[in-house]
Amino acid sequence: MHLANLVSAHCARPATGVTMRQEHPYRPSPPKPRARAAPPAGDPLLFDDTSSAAPPMNSQGFYTPGYNMGGAPAGGPGGAGVNNLFADPMASAAMIYGSSLANQGKDIVNKEISRYVSVNKLKYFFAVDSKYVMKKLLLLMFPYTHQDWEVRYHRDTPLTPRHDVNAPDLYIPCKYVLLIGYISKMFSPEVLGLCASTALVWVVIEVLVMLLSLYLLTVHSDLSTFDLIAYSGYKYVGMIFTVLGGLLFGSDGYFVALAWSSCALMFFIVRSLKMKILSSLSHDSMGAGASAKPRLRLYITVATAAFQPIIIYWLTSHLVR
Amino acid sequence: MAFTLYSLIQAVILCVNAVAVLHEERFLSKIGWGVDQSIGGFGDEPGIKVQLMNLVRSVRTVMRVPLIAVNSVCIVLLLLFG
Repeated sequence: MHLANLVSAHCARPATGVTMRQEHPYRPSPPKPRARAAPPAGDPLLFDDTSSAAPPMNSQGFYTPGYNMGGAPAGGPGGAGVNNLFADPMASAAMIYGSSLANQGKDIVNKEISRYVSVNKLKYFFAVDSKYVMKKLLLLMFPYTHQDWEVRYHRDTPLTPRHDVNAPDLYIPCKYVLLIGYISKMFSPEVLGLCASTALVWVVIEVLVMLLSLYLLTVHSDLSTFDLIAYSGYKYVGMIFTVLGGLLFGSDGYFVALAWSSCALMFFIVRSLKMKILSSLSHDSMGAGASAKPRLRLYITVATAAFQPIIIYWLTSHLVR
Repeated sequence: MAFTLYSLIQAVILCVNAVAVLHEERFLSKIGWGVDQSIGGFGDEPGIKVQLMNLVRSVRTVMRVPLIAVNSVCIVLLLLFG
């Protein structure tokens, strides 16, 4: 399956500190300790030879960016402390040991994480650009004119969202979840945590029910767990639109916006999932058992689509009343 | 209906316990859901009932030991914190 291939490909690559740093532009937190730990590992070897003032000046310039990333207060007093630190061989040896320990810890953490969550697959969902986001939002709110719903492939792997509007992504749902949290914090701070956890629980329930029904009906589609999370997350765009309509125009605006976003979202979900669930029939529709299958798969698709407006109404009605 | 993450965890633990409690010989075979009754379909489409039986059997096999630990932790936490 895709997931196993991607995980094995990820583990087969050499996981050195330099390689990892270049490949993770989306996660700001891991590069910070790495940038601080890696440069000092190289410098003490230069400084064991000379103890003059000139090389410490070079080292200052070399990893100040690392310290600046860490925080402003380290700039001034850190400079004087660094000179003393590298003149002392014991401290520099300790720093080498510490940085190697940090690298080991980082490798272990990466290995553990890539056992549960395939990092490549996750990166695929966040490879978006603003043009894609605009087109996708337009598609979510007005899907009736879009002609081609097939996810385009490039040599047997799905294209990233950057190149293909039909590809699911996790960026839009995450952004809109944060936006919902921010909006509900503006209006009622105490309700924020409850809202967020309720929404999260419903996403989890929906994804579990979808996975269970796909497994029971032996639908061999290439919908992974993250794809389902992405499709479940698109309802948050509709939720934002509905809540905004309700806030701006009162109860009438709320119901109009709810009706519009429900229809658009139902159409979007049915067209997107139809490609994935129903089209996998083409190679295994043989024998007498095939007659029940298309109907059941259609039921799954329609039930998923019908569930979206219900959950949008359920989660947002108390915000508008 | 305000769900917290804790109530989701509770619900999941209760459901998994319910599946783990179904005894193979005394109960599942009696109602025709035993392991020996699922070998029949060798076609390419196993059918819903066979899939369900496989799922129940897999959950029971996999979750037997972790459930012991999780239930013990739950019991201790509920005794301490109510």
